[in-house]
Amino acid sequence: MSNIPDDLRYASTHEWIRVNDDGTATIGISDHAQDALGDIVFVELPEPGSTVNAKDEVAVVESVKAASDIYSPVSGEIVAVNDALVDAPETVNSSPYENGWFFKVKLGEDAELQELLDADGYSDHCDDE
Amino acid sequence: MGQQTTLYQKHLDAGAKIVDFAGWDMPINYGSQIEEHNQVRTAAGVFDVSHMTVVDVGGEEAEKYLRYLLANDVAKLDQEGRALYSAMLNHEGNVLDDLIVYRMSFGYRVVVNCATRGKDLRWMIQNTDGFRVSVQERPRLAILAVHGPDSIDKVCELVSDEDAEQIRALKNFRGVELDGWFVARTGYTGEKGVEFIFPNNEAPELWDKLLSVGVKPIGLGARDTLRLEAGMNLYGHDMDENTSPLAANMEQTIAFKPGEREFIGKPALIAHRQLRDAGELPELLGLVLESRGVLREGQKVVTDKGDGVITSGSFSPTLKHSIALARIPINSESCEVDLRGTLTPVRIVKPNFVRFGKKVFE
Repeated sequence: MSNIPDDLRYASTHEWIRVNDDGTATIGISDHAQDALGDIVFVELPEPGSTVNAKDEVAVVESVKAASDIYSPVSGEIVAVNDALVDAPETVNSSPYENGWFFKVKLGEDAELQELLDADGYSDHCDDE
Repeated sequence: MGQQTTLYQKHLDAGAKIVDFAGWDMPINYGSQIEEHNQVRTAAGVFDVSHMTVVDVGGEEAEKYLRYLLANDVAKLDQEGRALYSAMLNHEGNVLDDLIVYRMSFGYRVVVNCATRGKDLRWMIQNTDGFRVSVQERPRLAILAVHGPDSIDKVCELVSDEDAEQIRALKNFRGVELDGWFVARTGYTGEKGVEFIFPNNEAPELWDKLLSVGVKPIGLGARDTLRLEAGMNLYGHDMDENTSPLAANMEQTIAFKPGEREFIGKPALIAHRQLRDAGELPELLGLVLESRGVLREGQKVVTDKGDGVITSGSFSPTLKHSIALARIPINSESCEVDLRGTLTPVRIVKPNFVRFGKKVFE
């Protein structure tokens, strides 16, 4: 059974999002996603400063098994990326919700947060897949 | 639920993630494929490959039959226990399957792929016409492969001194029958090691003993990256029944000599050779991507001589970059791969990347 923290929200494409107090949000991939991908060997991160829309492809993760696009669950500006993943992509496997975060977005006015799933909704979504 | 080997519960106990493999519920990994891969390159690991199909061939014309059935020549097996890798071809000279054949006290033992079991058995039986042979599947035999630099030492801790001496004396591609067990120095990893072919009700006990001396369970995921690094073909990916062995880096396994031997597919193969000599047959080579990204099966390859395709590709845990096998136009000099829409230059090398834990190409 994969770990789905209650304090995060989730996209159906398996990203999680943590809304921070400073108006930014941190984004990564779920434990379920890292487990399905297997050992992660490369991560391609977005350009800091770029503007993204919800559901845009913004990053790529490659595992021994497959390449997978990472979508931004929200709209806004990329304000930080987790450069540590470039040299240590396996961090996504070992710490998907903490050290394995991908990027931070400064939330736009209509960030489309309401379309995201809560932990229960995401758990049901994983069961249905 | 698919078919299960007698070690299914042992796999669950070891934390296996189970996947369907040609109708069998098999372990893909027990946590981390890369750690398992490295375990085999640096220490010792055990693979349950009991899903593979064992077929025993006996009778007074067993040798004559196999010399006709297989593209390699079992007459090379001049002693009991010796092993030979061979293609089994169809009449079009393409690869029906690849296999290992051992000379045994009772005749021959052939180990073919799991996914091709049905068609292989039909083909083998159909071609017994006119030969005094028996062809018998042995579904109650398990196969455990123990591979890695420490594998022989670990195995020898578990058997009698007498058996250990016999196992240590084995050279590569040789085996010995030990009281209902067959132990052979063969495998699919590019490391030294042995394969045990033995009654499947005895498999759980050997599995437990191997784990107790520090041999780690290895899933089919790592088996695939290990064989790819070793440049070994995977049936159904690097070749199939529409592929000439000459276009699959298997020419060395075709015994054209002695010339008087007839075997299935030989006339077609001679035509393939002419095509190849005219530059009209592609070849299977290795590709190396030293920058970021992963080469994957099915990706298009663009060379100075035309297009090709990746037949197997992955990240190489030993080399820490991506490698692939690709079928490309013969004598290609430059090469690019369509990586998710971007043509990316790659190097062409001989299809052999890692042996005994070390990089082997320039």
